[in-house]
Amino acid sequence: MNLAITILVVVAIASVIGTVLKQNQPYTDYIIKFGTFWHQVFLKLGLYDVYGAIWFLLLLAFLLLSTTVCVYRNIPIILRDVLHFRLNAQEKSLRTMANQQEWQVAQETQQVADKAQQFFKGAGYRLRIKKRGDEQVFAMIKGGLSRFGYIFTHVGIVVICIGGLIDGNLPLKIKEWRGAISLETRNISASEVPAKSRLKPQDNFSFRGNITLPEGSTTNLVFLNIRDGYLIQELPFSVELKDFRIEHYPSGQPKSFESDLIIHDDQLSKPLKTTIRVNHPLLYRGYSIYQASFGDGGSKLHLKLWPFFDPQLHTTKVDTAVFDHRDLKVKGQKLTLEIDKFQPFNVFPAEKGSGRSFVNYGPSIVFKLRDATGVATEYLNFMGPVEQDGRLFYISGMRKSVDEPYRYLHIPMDPQGKVDRFMEFHALLNNTKRVAEIARQNATKALKNAKLNSPQVRDRIVDSMRQLVKLYVDGGFAAIDNEIRQRVPKDKQASVADAYIKILRNVMQSAYLDLLKQEGVDISKPLSPANQAFFEDAVTNLAAISKYGSPFYVQLASYDERQASGLEITRSPGKDIVYLGSGMLVLGIFMMFYIMPQRLWLLLKPVDGKLQILLAGSGLRNKEDFSKHFVELTKAFELKALGIAERR
Amino acid sequence: MNTSQHVMPSSFERWSWFKNLNLWDGLWAALVLASGFYVFARYGSEMDTFELGILSGATMGLTGLGLLWKSFRGLVIAVAVISLWSISIYGTDLSLAEHNFFLKFLISSQSAIMWMSALFVMATVTYFYATFRDNEFVGKVASSMTWTATAMGLIGLMVRWRESYLLGPDIGHIPVSNLYEVFILFSVITAALYLFYEQKYETRKMGGFVLLVISAAVAFLLWYNFARDASEIKPLVPALQSYWMKIHVPANFVGYGSFAIAAMLGVAYLIKQKAVQVNPDGYMARHLPDLDMLDDIMHKSIALGFAFFTMATILGAMWAAEAWGGYWSWDPKETWALIVWLNYAAWLHMRLTKGWRGAPLAWWAAIGLLVTTFAFLGVNMFLSGLHSYGEL
Ligand code: HEM
Repeated sequence: MNLAITILVVVAIASVIGTVLKQNQPYTDYIIKFGTFWHQVFLKLGLYDVYGAIWFLLLLAFLLLSTTVCVYRNIPIILRDVLHFRLNAQEKSLRTMANQQEWQVAQETQQVADKAQQFFKGAGYRLRIKKRGDEQVFAMIKGGLSRFGYIFTHVGIVVICIGGLIDGNLPLKIKEWRGAISLETRNISASEVPAKSRLKPQDNFSFRGNITLPEGSTTNLVFLNIRDGYLIQELPFSVELKDFRIEHYPSGQPKSFESDLIIHDDQLSKPLKTTIRVNHPLLYRGYSIYQASFGDGGSKLHLKLWPFFDPQLHTTKVDTAVFDHRDLKVKGQKLTLEIDKFQPFNVFPAEKGSGRSFVNYGPSIVFKLRDATGVATEYLNFMGPVEQDGRLFYISGMRKSVDEPYRYLHIPMDPQGKVDRFMEFHALLNNTKRVAEIARQNATKALKNAKLNSPQVRDRIVDSMRQLVKLYVDGGFAAIDNEIRQRVPKDKQASVADAYIKILRNVMQSAYLDLLKQEGVDISKPLSPANQAFFEDAVTNLAAISKYGSPFYVQLASYDERQASGLEITRSPGKDIVYLGSGMLVLGIFMMFYIMPQRLWLLLKPVDGKLQILLAGSGLRNKEDFSKHFVELTKAFELKALGIAERR
Repeated sequence: MNTSQHVMPSSFERWSWFKNLNLWDGLWAALVLASGFYVFARYGSEMDTFELGILSGATMGLTGLGLLWKSFRGLVIAVAVISLWSISIYGTDLSLAEHNFFLKFLISSQSAIMWMSALFVMATVTYFYATFRDNEFVGKVASSMTWTATAMGLIGLMVRWRESYLLGPDIGHIPVSNLYEVFILFSVITAALYLFYEQKYETRKMGGFVLLVISAAVAFLLWYNFARDASEIKPLVPALQSYWMKIHVPANFVGYGSFAIAAMLGVAYLIKQKAVQVNPDGYMARHLPDLDMLDDIMHKSIALGFAFFTMATILGAMWAAEAWGGYWSWDPKETWALIVWLNYAAWLHMRLTKGWRGAPLAWWAAIGLLVTTFAFLGVNMFLSGLHSYGEL
């Protein structure tokens, strides 16, 4: 018995390990977390896959064995207990029982015996009567089912464990030990996976695996992820994904996913069309197909790359798809564009007081730019403009590693709703010749106003204007600040900074006006508030480009979404066995707890012309309850069988 | 010896249970069955098989519970009437919660839940006062507060259920889907189970102890509400859109509630035992509840909790089989349910087979609550897995 409790506690503690240590993660994660030494120790102990580890299975097997032995040993005892009436109980032993009651009545033995029999039968007792001379003994039993509850409970557990073992991956493990199969760990396409890592339908009667199926594609291969690798399981039929749909709540949360599937099978006269969704799987030929997740099936993306380095602003078109890697040549350097994700919309809680609860930022892409040395920067670009502080911006987030938050570049939207004006403005400021021209015009005008006419002074001014613009475009205010710190004595720094900023603004404003004129805006009138605001936003955000890390801005021009459905395919013949065991377990527990097993004896014995009646009983499990019950029972017996209304 | 004359005579005949029923019992059964039929007649055509199953199960369950525990009827009727009243005030306009006097201060779900919270905390103090001052009247007040709080909590849940549908037909769902909602459920179920034992054992001395754990739940609920805005009704993610949820979660909370009661009685047991050791006739020893009774109820409570927890875990496995493709995935929440289950199985073995009683089991029950709390809350907070719906 101590054994049972020990096993229960040990299994409980072992189970804890598997919840504290995240199971079945990539080994590299564990190495980073624990170091190579402890990684090896944990690996050897099987701590990364506790519930599949040999010691854990042995523990469960032991639990199974000891419970079986226990049931096996107890069944005869219980049967004897329930079937045996113990008619040989002697008066002496009855008198030692905790619950007893005695009466002396002036009635006939047989008369009392008949009434007692009627009473106890009516109260649900099974009874046997034995006559010993002029004595009569009743032996009675009630609640025997409670004892069967014990059997049901424990057999239920054994049955559950058997079902679980059938569905466990034990047969697969044995094959692996024998070397008949080996895990594939490389990231290669399914067709390249060698036969040693493939399982035929008949090789494996119980498994649980995943497939990611893009819309319009068909497969009969399921991936079984095991530890740090996988196996490929073949199905006896193939599954085609016709269409995947996802519905959303206004908050952007997914409301339902569903997949239209077509099952192709030689056994079918025509393909089986069906729709599955979460909580509504398809059961087919002993296989269950579940809607588990969803993802991108390689949506086609049409991108436009706006260079930040090219004064001529030659844009490039790139047609790519999600999960594609594309090598680009930029200024003689190799740069790889890796598309990670496309999302057709992005819903966020709206700001308070905006009158809406949610805003949709529209489609977005996430991609990486990896340089020749392998260092990557991640970007998140929204396709459409997003409102911030009442103005619209094209937003792009960047980060050097996934643990960091994104830092955002805000490109102000121009009146045509595009990024063009900002890009042209940037290109213009990058164009040394044009900047010099504008600076010259500005300087000439300034000198004229000051009634000065010295070409040397003018050239010096033009030169410093040009340099200021370059500093700003290449490094923002920080660069200008740095310059002043290095060149100007401390006491003059503040006034020089003021002057520089004024000059810089002047040149940029002129450049901006130039741009507007090209666009056909009448610049003789004061600027419209929108154009004015655009200028301020453009100037602020220009400075951020130097830290943006990408030589171009990637614009998502258009897309063609292709979704993929994440399906889980399982085969678990042990399931019904587990359910059967579960049913027995629940039934058994209720029987055990809520049926009170009890035994009663009634002894009728004539003594000195009177009849002595002794009622004694024992409750097997809950003694307190039985004692209470016994008191009520004796009262009822008195009234009904003996005709005594109230006790003396 | 005439105390129980009226219950005793025929209660030992077969079928005596039915013969013993009186007119009120008949009326109760008729009322519940009629309500069930009304719902069926009116909405039956829109229900699927499982919903019909749940409807008939609920009807039979309520009928049976009301027959076994008479005081339960009053609770059910009060909750039904007041909830329907609240729902009828709402009509189809959710914004009335801010304008209508009754809704705003009494019976919108949020107000009802606040009343429940306040009453449970007050009842805790009142129970302790009654226990230590031997004041029967105050004890009755405490009981009334607990009954009212339970009713308010249930009304809060019922009205919240309706409110979720007023937010949008596709948002509506039974309020047992996140941590905020299940904390209310926990408080209500624990209180109802306690009230049952209070009546059956005719003592209010355990009230303070049991209500202490409910007050702790209420404290969490309030913090969660005010610090995290948790009371907002959110739509269900697809995995939760399942009829299994409707039975799995409540069954689980009958388990958790019972285990919580057993733990608090264990604590009471240990304090009492200490008090008796120090001075058998002392003030504490005289006022705390009886040791044998505590031991007995602790056992009954764990047995009941264990039975329901077993069912809940099995139902959870069946749901998992349907939603995730496997009845058992060793997901942290599942594994911790197993750990809790094994813990109480070991407890029961100790009692049933080794004959343990008293202090060791009281300690075990009390510590068991820590394990249970971790399974209930800790897993959501510290371990990630498939069950990450009720994250803090
Ligand atoms: C994983 C689960 C369980 C295991 C491994 C287990 C194992 C055992 C073992 C080995 C015994 C001893 C039998 C003997 O010594 O002859 C036993 C006895 C017993 N078990 Fe369990 N058991 C489990 C679950 C339960 C449950 C869930 C209950 C019910 C609450 C329960 C109730 C009992 C009772 C009442 C006995 C004593 C039977 C008697 O003495 O007549 N067991 N169990």
